[in-house]
Amino acid sequence: MSQTITIDPVTRLEGHGKITIQLNGEGEVEDAHFHVTQVRGFEKFAEGRPFYEMPSLMARICGICPVSHLIASARACEAIMSVRIPRTAAQLRRMLNLAQMVQSHALSFFYLASPDLLLGMESDPAARHIFGVVAAKPELGRAGIGLRRFGQHIIELLGKKRIHPGWVVPGGVTEPLEASKRDEILAMLPEAYANIQLALAAYKQIADTFRHEIEVFANFQSNYMSLINEDESIEFTVGALRVIDSSGNILEDGILADGFSDLIGEAVEPYSYTKFAYLKSLGYPAGSYRVGPLARLNIAKTMGTPLAEKELAEFKQLASGPVQSSFHYHHARLIEILYGIEKIELILADPLILDKHVRAFAGVNRLEGAGQAEAPRGTLNHHYKVDENGLITWANLVIATGQNNNAMNRGVLQAARHYVKDGKFTEGALNRVEAVIRTFDPCLSCSTHAFGQMPLVLTLLSHNGEVVDRVIR
Amino acid sequence: MNDAVEVKTLIIDEQEVSARRGQTILEVARENGIQIPTLCSLDGLSSVGACRMCLVEIKGSNKLLPACVATVYEGMEVTTNSERLQKYRRNILELLFAERNHICSVCVSNGHCELQTLGQQHGLTHVRLPYRNPDLHVDASHERFTVDHNRCVLCTRCVRVCAEIEGAHIWDVKGRGIDSIVITDLNQPWGESACTRCGKCVQVCPTGALFDKSKVGADHPKYPDFLPFLNMMREAQ
Repeated sequence: MSQTITIDPVTRLEGHGKITIQLNGEGEVEDAHFHVTQVRGFEKFAEGRPFYEMPSLMARICGICPVSHLIASARACEAIMSVRIPRTAAQLRRMLNLAQMVQSHALSFFYLASPDLLLGMESDPAARHIFGVVAAKPELGRAGIGLRRFGQHIIELLGKKRIHPGWVVPGGVTEPLEASKRDEILAMLPEAYANIQLALAAYKQIADTFRHEIEVFANFQSNYMSLINEDESIEFTVGALRVIDSSGNILEDGILADGFSDLIGEAVEPYSYTKFAYLKSLGYPAGSYRVGPLARLNIAKTMGTPLAEKELAEFKQLASGPVQSSFHYHHARLIEILYGIEKIELILADPLILDKHVRAFAGVNRLEGAGQAEAPRGTLNHHYKVDENGLITWANLVIATGQNNNAMNRGVLQAARHYVKDGKFTEGALNRVEAVIRTFDPCLSCSTHAFGQMPLVLTLLSHNGEVVDRVIR
Repeated sequence: MNDAVEVKTLIIDEQEVSARRGQTILEVARENGIQIPTLCSLDGLSSVGACRMCLVEIKGSNKLLPACVATVYEGMEVTTNSERLQKYRRNILELLFAERNHICSVCVSNGHCELQTLGQQHGLTHVRLPYRNPDLHVDASHERFTVDHNRCVLCTRCVRVCAEIEGAHIWDVKGRGIDSIVITDLNQPWGESACTRCGKCVQVCPTGALFDKSKVGADHPKYPDFLPFLNMMREAQ
C-alpha cells in the first residue's frame, strides 16, 4: 500500500511551503516534492505602472532581501534610461547590498539553521529555536543578533528604513552619505568582526559531527551560477554571470543581465507555484543549477579581502572540485558575512564615498531593460518592457529560489530516502528533511513573518487519501 | 441680527471669538487656533466644499455644514469636534480609501500624503467597506509629470490652481458621480495638452495622484504654501 507523508507547513523558512513524501507498497520512499503553496502576482500587477516606480514596488516582494530587488530593479530601469550611474552611487549601493547580505545570512544561520546545528537535529522541538540557542550558547546567540543588527543598522543609516528603504532609485540613490553616518558604521566594525570570527570558529568545531548530513543533504553533482568580476573575484552588485559544471569547467561566461533570458528557461511543475529555472543549452531538468553562497564560493577564485580570502582557501579544501553538498551552504554563508564586513570597511575608506553626485536623471531611451544582482540566496534578474511613456507592458523576474528549486527537490528526495525507513518517520528524521531545505535558505513568499507562529503538521496518508497518522508539533 | 454689522461674535468649541462679516467658519477657527481637518480646501484657492472633511455642527440646526464654505453669523454656536463628527469624518475617509486604489506602501507620497495623514489622525485602522478596485489608467505622456488616477480623491485642487492661479485651465473634471475623473484639455493625454509645465497642480495635489517623474521612492514632499504669497504679490501690483 503506497502512502504519502506531508510536512505542512515547513518551519523556519521564509514563507510558506510543504513537503510530501510518497511511499511505495514496501514503505520505501518513492518520490518527494517540495511545494511552494502561494502565488503573488507581482509580474502581472506591475503592468501599467510607470517603470521608475518599479524598485519601490518590487522591493515589496521581500522583507528580508528588499535591497536585492531594489538593486536589480533599479539596474533594469537604468537600462531603459540608458544611463550609467555615478561611481559613488554604485559604491553606496554595493555597501547597502552587502549590509543586507550580512543581516540576511545572520538570520538564516543563527535564527533559522543554528537551532539544528548547535542544539542537534534530534533535540526537543519545543526548545529548538533561536531562544533555545540563546539559552544554550548565549555568546553565539548574541553574536547572531549582533550581526543582524549590524546589517540592519547600516541599511537604516543609508536608506532611513531597515526594511524597504526608498533610497535606491533608477539613476542612483536619493541622498549622498554623510560623514557622521560613515563614522557610525566604522565604529560598528570591530564588534562585527568579533561576532563573525566567533561564529566561524564555532561552526568549524561542530561541522565534523554532521558527517552523515553532509553526505545526504542535497549532495550531488550540479551546475552552478553566480556573478563574478573580471578578475574572478566574488561580486554581488555588478559584474557578469558565470556558469560552471559539476567539475568546475566554465559553461557560460560574461553574461550580462540582458543576455539572461537567452541563457535561462523556466519550467513549470504542477505541484509548485515556484518555477524551475534551467540552462537552455542543456534543457530541463539536465540544465538545472544551483545559486547562492555555495555557488558563489565555488565559482569565485578570490574574495579580494584578506580574511575572507583565507577562509575561501580553507573552504575550497572541502572538495577537489566544486563543493557539492548543500550542507556547506551554511559554511559559505559565514564566509560571505566576513567578506561583507571587510568590503564595507574598504568601501568606506574611499574618500570619494562622501561625494555629492549620486544620481543620474533620464527618461525612456530604450523600450526594454534587464538588471541583475546577487541576492543573499542567489542570482536575481529583473526584466521589463515599457511603452513610449515608460509604462510597464511586461515584466519577468527570475529569483534565486526558482533557480535552486530543482536542487531543493532532489535534495528532499535524497534525504527522505536516507532518513525515512519502513514507512515510519521519526521527528528527528523529518526535521532533517526540512533542514535540507533550510540549507538553501529559500525565500518562498519573500516576506517576513512572526517567529514561531506556524504549527508544523505531519500527515501520513494512505494511497487512497485516508489519514493514517497525524502529528502536530 | 443685523447683517450690516461688520464684526460678528460667535462661539466655536465653547470659545467666544469675533469675526469679520463674510468670513468662513474655517477661517475664523484657524485664526483662533482651532484646527478643523480639511482635504480639498487650500489657502490661496477658492473653496468648493467637496470633500466634507470640515463638516461642523451648528447649534439649533440638525444639518452639518462644511466649515470651508459656511460663513459666520452673529451668535452662531459651532462645534468642530464631537463623536458624531469624528464618525462622519472616518466614514468619509473610508469611502475615499475604498473608492480607488490607495496603496500607501508603494506610493511616491508615502509619508507626505494628506489623505494618509488624515487617516492616521482619525485612527483609521480598517476600511469596513468593500474596496472597489477600479481599473484606472496612468497617464505618463507628460515629459515631467505623471497622473495616476488610482490615487486621485477628486479634490479638484489641480483644476482650481490651473484655472485660478496659472490661468491656463488645462485641468477639468469629466463625468459625474462615481465616474468622475480629472482630465487635461478635452480629455487629451497630458503630454499633448496645452499645459504650461508650471507644476503648480503637482505641488497642490494632496496625494500621489500627480507627481514629478524625477521624484520616486517616497521622496516626494509637496510645497503648496506658495499660493497665498502668489496671490498677495498679484494683489500688490
